[in-house]
Order: sequence, then C-alpha cells, then structure tokens
Amino acid sequence: MGHFILGRVLGLIPTMFVIITLSFFIIRLAPGSPFSSEKALPPEVLKDLQEKYGFDKGLWAQYIGYVVNLCKGDLGLSTKYPQRSVNEIIAIGFPVTMTLAAVALIWALLLGVTAGIVGAVRQNTIWDYGAMTAAMLGISIPTFVFGPLLVLLFALSIYILPPAGWGTWRHIILPGLTLGTVRAAYIARLTRAGMLEVVSSDFVRTARAKGLQERLIIWRHMLKGGLLPVVTYLGPAISFMMVGSVVVEKIFSTPGIGPYLVDATTNRDYFLVMGIVVLESTFLLLMNLLVDIAYGYLDPRIQYE
Amino acid sequence: MSTSAQNLEPRELIEGTSLWQDAWKRLRKNRMALICGYIVTGIILSCVVGPFLMALWGYDYQSQNLEYGAHSPSLTHWFGTDFFGRDLFTRVLYGGRVSLLVGFLAAVVSATIGTLYGAVSGFAGGRVDAIMMRIVDVLYALPYMFLVIILVTIFGRRLELVFIALGFVGWLMTARIVRGQVLSLKQQEFIQAARSVGVSDTAIVLRHLIPNTLGPIIIYFTLTVPSMILQEAFLSFLGLGVQEPLPSLGALINDGANQMVVFWWQLVFPGTVMALLLFSLNFLGDGLRDALDPKMK
Amino acid sequence: MTQPLISIRELHTHFRTDDGIVKAVDGVSFDIAAGETLGIVGESGSGKSVTCLSMLGLVPSPPAFFPRGEVLFDGLDLLQLREQELKDVRGDKIAMIFQDSMTSLNPYLTVERQLTEVLEIHRGISRREARAQCIEMLEMVGIPSPEKRIDQYPHEYSGGMRQRVMIAMALLCKPRLLIADEPTTALDVTIQAQILELIDELKRELNMSVILITHDLGVIAGTTDRVAVMYAGRIVEQGSTEAVFATPCHPYTRGLLQSIPRLDDPTVEKLFAIPGVPPDLSALPRGCPFHPRCDSVTDRCRVEYPDIVQFGNGQWSVCWEAEATA
Repeated sequence: MGHFILGRVLGLIPTMFVIITLSFFIIRLAPGSPFSSEKALPPEVLKDLQEKYGFDKGLWAQYIGYVVNLCKGDLGLSTKYPQRSVNEIIAIGFPVTMTLAAVALIWALLLGVTAGIVGAVRQNTIWDYGAMTAAMLGISIPTFVFGPLLVLLFALSIYILPPAGWGTWRHIILPGLTLGTVRAAYIARLTRAGMLEVVSSDFVRTARAKGLQERLIIWRHMLKGGLLPVVTYLGPAISFMMVGSVVVEKIFSTPGIGPYLVDATTNRDYFLVMGIVVLESTFLLLMNLLVDIAYGYLDPRIQYE
Repeated sequence: MSTSAQNLEPRELIEGTSLWQDAWKRLRKNRMALICGYIVTGIILSCVVGPFLMALWGYDYQSQNLEYGAHSPSLTHWFGTDFFGRDLFTRVLYGGRVSLLVGFLAAVVSATIGTLYGAVSGFAGGRVDAIMMRIVDVLYALPYMFLVIILVTIFGRRLELVFIALGFVGWLMTARIVRGQVLSLKQQEFIQAARSVGVSDTAIVLRHLIPNTLGPIIIYFTLTVPSMILQEAFLSFLGLGVQEPLPSLGALINDGANQMVVFWWQLVFPGTVMALLLFSLNFLGDGLRDALDPKMK
Repeated sequence: MTQPLISIRELHTHFRTDDGIVKAVDGVSFDIAAGETLGIVGESGSGKSVTCLSMLGLVPSPPAFFPRGEVLFDGLDLLQLREQELKDVRGDKIAMIFQDSMTSLNPYLTVERQLTEVLEIHRGISRREARAQCIEMLEMVGIPSPEKRIDQYPHEYSGGMRQRVMIAMALLCKPRLLIADEPTTALDVTIQAQILELIDELKRELNMSVILITHDLGVIAGTTDRVAVMYAGRIVEQGSTEAVFATPCHPYTRGLLQSIPRLDDPTVEKLFAIPGVPPDLSALPRGCPFHPRCDSVTDRCRVEYPDIVQFGNGQWSVCWEAEATA
C-alpha cells in the first residue's frame, strides 16, 4: 500500500508540471496585458514595470524563471497590488477559503447523508419524497440566490447573524450554510441511491434472515457499502466548494482568495492568477488521492499492489 | 444442468417493445416528471413567444423611464420595474430566453465534444485511451473558474460565444461517462459478433456503440442544461456574462440581490423563475433517467 | 401421528403491482415433520422461493400482502407475529440460506463479523466467546484452517467455500428448520454433491428438518424424503420422493421427469420440453392453471380448478385426470 501511495504522489509531479505549463500559457492567450487597464502610462514607467516583473524577457525565459522560482517557493509579485507579493496574498486568503470550504463540506455531509439515509430507508414514503424534493430545491437554487435569502432572513430580519465579514465563529455560519446546502442536496441524492442499492441487496436479506434488528442492519451492513458513492463524490465536492467559494465570498465579503481569482484573471495579474491556480490544483489533486486511498480502505475488494 | 426452460411470455416475443417505447411508457407514469415537463415547456414557450407579444403591447427590455423609476408590481408592470424604469416582466422573459439559449447550446457543445472524445478514447483503448484520459484528468484539476474566465475573455462576452466557452469547459464529465460506457460495451458479445461478421470499425462506432450510449448521453444532457444555465448565471453574477443591456436571469438576479432590501421584487421574480426552471429540468432529467434505466427498482 | 414441526396452511402471498395483483403464492399447504427433508421443486416463478420467504416474513410488504393463510410453528402463527417477535425466530429457530453466496454475504465485512453477530444477537454472548464457537462451526462445515480464514472477506473464498460459510452461519444457533433456497444452483456439479452431503450430515447431527428448494430434479432425487411440486403459485403434487418419481400423478410432474436428458435411452432423438410458457401470475387462466400446456387436458380442466386427489401412499395430486393417468 505504501508503494502505491508513493507511486501516486510521484505521479502527481508530472501532472502538476503540465498544469503549471498549461496555465502559464493559457493566461497569456487572453488579449491585453497587466498594464493595459491602467490609465495610459508613460513609456519609461511602462518599461520599468516590465522589467520589474520580468515581462521584457522572452516567453520561454519567463516560463523557466517562473518554474525555478516556484521550486524555491516564490510565487512572484502581483501587478495589481504592487506592495504585496503573491505569497502574502495567498497566505492570508487561502486559509480563509479552506476554513469556509471545510465548514461547508462538513455541513453538506451531515445534512446530505442523513437525508439520503432517511430517504432510502423510508423509501417512497413522505419522508423520502420530502427529503428528495428538498434536495432538488437545493440543487435548483443558485448560491447567489440562497445566500442573499439567508442574509435577508437571519441578518436583516432577525438580527442574530452578521451579514458579512469574517472574524468570529458567527461569521462562518451563513457563508458555510450557503455553500454547503447546495452540495448537501447532491450528497443526499447520492447517498439515497447508494443506500437503495444496498437496501435491496441480497446480503441485507441475509442479515434480516439471521434475525438482526433494523437499526443494526443499517449501521453495520448498509452504511459501508451505501456510502461508497459519497466517498467518490468527495473529490468533486471539494472542487465545487472551491469554485463556489468564489461567489459566496463575494456575497459575504469573506476575505478568501476566491474573488482574487476572478479579479486577477480579468486584470491579467499573471503571477497572482498562477499562484492561485497552482495552489488550488495541487490541493485538488492531493484531495483526490486521499479519497482514492480512503476508498481502498472501505472496500476490501479493491486491491492496491 | 437444469431441466426447466426459461420462457419468455409470447406476448413479449411478438410485440417487442423497443427500449424507447418502454422508456416513454415509464416516463408517462411518472407524474412528477410529466408536470415538470409541462412547466419547462411552458417556460420555454413563454420566453420564446412572450417577448414578441410584449412588444406588441409596447413593452421591451431596454426602454427606460427614469422618472418612473423602480416600482413594485402593479397592473401595468406585473413584475414591477427596476431602477431605470424598465419593465421587469419583459426583462425576465428576455432573460429567460437568453439563459435557455445559452444553457441549451452550451449543453449541446459539451455533449458533442464529450461524446466524440469519449467514444474515440474508449474505442481506441490502450495507450491512446490512457493519454486521452490523462488529458481529461489534468483539465479536470484546473480550477473551473479560471478556465471559464479565460475563455470568456478570449471569446468576448457576445452571446454567440459565451456558450462555446461554457461548453468547452463542461465536456469533461460527458467524455468520462461515454468512455466508460464504450469500454463496457466493447466487451459485450454483440460487438464481437459484429466484428466477426466483418463490420468496419467506423461502422461499429457509429452504428452500434453510439446508439447504445445514447441513453446516458441524453440523460446527462438533460442534466447538463440546467447546470449550464446555472454557470451562465454565475458568470453574470461575477459580471462576466452576456453584456448589458441584454438581460439574462443571472444578471437580473445579481441586480436584484444587490437591491433586495429596498426592491425585493427584483430578486424574487427572476429568482423564482430560475429556481422553477432548474427544478423542473432537474426533475425531468431524473425522470428520464429512471425511465431509461432498465435496472429500474 | 406426531405433531409436525411446522405447518403451512393455505398460504397466500399476493403482490400489488402496476399491472394488477400478482398471485405469487396462491393456496399452499404442507407440513414438515421433525427430521425430514422436504424438497420443493418447480420452474422459476412457480412461487417456491416466495413461499419460504413468506414463512419468515422476508417478503417486502408492501407491495406484498397475505389475504389468507397461517404458518404454524411452535404454537404460533408466524404470519401474525410482529417484526420484533419474528427476529427471535429468524436465524435462531428457523434459518435460511440462499442461492448466490457471493451476493448473499456482505462484501464489506469479514466472515468473522458476519458469523459472530448471529451468536451475539441470539445467545447474548460476547464477540470473543462467539468467535471460538464460530471457528468450531467453520471446521464442522469443512473449511480448512478456520482460525485464519475466519478473518478473511467473502471474496477471498471460493464459491463452494462461501456456500459452506453460509451454511455455518445458518446453523450456529442449531435451528430446528433449515430452509435452503437453491443452495447448489450456482455451483459446479462436484461441489454440488459435496454441499448436499454436508447438509444431509449436519441435518442428522443436529436433528433438524430441511426444506430444499430447487428446480433441479436430480437434486431432489438424491436428498429429499418427500417432495412438493409447485406450479403457478400452488402445489400440484406432493408425496414421498420415491413414489412421486416412480409414479407421478400430475401431468406437470410427468413433464418435468420426461425433460431430464438421459444418456441411457438411445431411442430418444429430441430433448423433451413441456410446450408453452408459465402463466402470467396476474392473469391466471380459468380452471387449472396448467391446462394450456397439458397433454391430458379435458373440458372440465378448462373451467374448474381441480380437487385434491389422495392416493393410498400419502401421495396426492391436484388434477382431474390424476386417477386416469396415474
């Protein structure tokens, strides 16, 4: 198993390489330059700026320079925020986004798995229909509708939660709920589908024939198999969290890196964009690896040599 | 080994319901899916025909009436008006049109690219397949937002091209699914039978493989459309969607959200329409999946 | 006559479906005495599995319902028992094993977990104590190195071994009745014989009764004391295995026996198959359900459901022509 993990981790490196290269060149495909949105700059200033960021060198030279710096851990300088290095910006923003994503994910799992189990075990009853319709609603209401609605409800009508900002545990609730509830809907449906397959399986029939109580059957026999689809979904779920955080952070003015990504791309702030892209991709790949390992633990039939 | 015969009912042997007829029958029985089907059709019709009707009565989506300003729903303005005095009802109809168009076209683009890519990859197998799937994995790991934004900035924010950008980024999942299907179909005996009779590879892909993957493709398509509509809405929310003054539901919601405290109707109406549309499309897609799945519970 | 161990009287198991009411079991009665093996034979869809699942309340209801009938065991009617009370019977006094051991065992749990839980529930002992007994049981059913293999997962066993595990699991509480639903259908012929022998041995050792469900007459011939032939949800013939095989009194039974391919009869050129198809259980024909396929059919058969015709040796058949054709 250890060999397998090592192999996969090493395999990540070429993938990362490709990602870095791709993003490096893709972002330069977009027309315009980092400085074109500014008011017209006098040519000497422009030349200085180009030098500072290394844009005066050839494309390949820039690329190699970037990779070298990357290995040293230096993500470059931001063109939009000249006083700050990309490392700084990310160091502040990334943990925030991570916390938000984690909270949202935990909430999504709690809500979704419970709803899914209820729906599967009480199939075709009012519980099932209720849970699944709620899940459907969750999928159909975009975060940027849900978020403001929550704010309207909890912050502006009843003043119990702050509508925006960051800092205390209270500030995490609304953004977390917004981001997580939509994913909860997907997880609920997945759980229900997975559990349904298990519910009608032969080995559950055997468990009943042995005289086990329903609760024990659910807990011991059904969960492991039934939740496997959810585990596979964790990978995409995390990536959705990161994407969705962009919108949620905008709504709630959360100081994460989501909004930075959008702005930086629009502003052609090359290094900042690269930094965020590289970081997020690495994170995602690692998460996917973890999920695969977890899956291997849960399903004894999977062989990893 | 055994002595009993596995007999089919003679009825089934003679009448042979095809997979599609069977599915249609099942779909019809699913009341919820039918209702949602009607809702979707209703919304589509309204958005296609509605604006023309409204124009007849003198409403359009961009004429402003600055003195009038924003007003809550009234008899002349069913959904109220916005800050510039524009009739919200007409704007929602137009917005629905745009969202539906973008969503549908983006789904078509993504389904086409995905199907072809997945079919080729699955059918080719071996190293070609491995490489193609690696590419998909890499693209998958790239942050979605980043790709979409780049593509939109490259293609510009014109309506005609936004959906291409969306479609370009969304085909990955379809490709994976189609490839999976093709891989499992490849092993099946009817493919081997076709080969043994001398059917060419292209014919196999076109005549046998793709029709048999149509089921999941269609299902995935109906589920991609709402997803694309949502994506477009996200883009509009971030200020990157179709350009003003052409409305899309996402842009309308964005405006509405910013002013919801004062002008609640600007959020509620477009929001409800979008939620209704997405909800019905998703339910319909679900119903289709249940109907087409032979292993139905 | 001694009290039978279990008595099924007029069992009806019907299903409400979109296409109407499916009468999977439509009036089945039989007794099982202590220590005897009853074989239930019939085609797919004849109702043999549903009958036994109904006995233990393992048929999902809804959509199933039981308009009539009783299952008398230990002075109680199992059909009237609530889920709570049924749990005490299942696995403890009546045990059931199923056809496909690969899907009938939980792939995510070790064999040990699936065995010990039976004892934990029914005997209230700890998992550690249960483990020792389970290892003994595995030994009894012929699993080599049971102390090591008990910690493995089902997919690490071969088909025959898995079936033995199922048997072990069923017999842990020394039930009085073992229901075996097609226990050998998914196995190779040689393994089949081993498993059947095993069941026979254990039956004698533990003094239990066995219901053996199968569609394979060869299995019936070798191992059962009595046999019940089922068709379209009813028993059409019943009697001692010897008698039924020697002198079948129902056209269906005769047809089944004739369909067995024989190597020793050179005059047979074509394999015999009973013409026609089994009936739609939601739209049974009038009269005798077998009449569309019967070679001795009369007008009466088409309209009236036949009475039971008893023969001296305890054999009975449900056919208007039973005496004529016996």
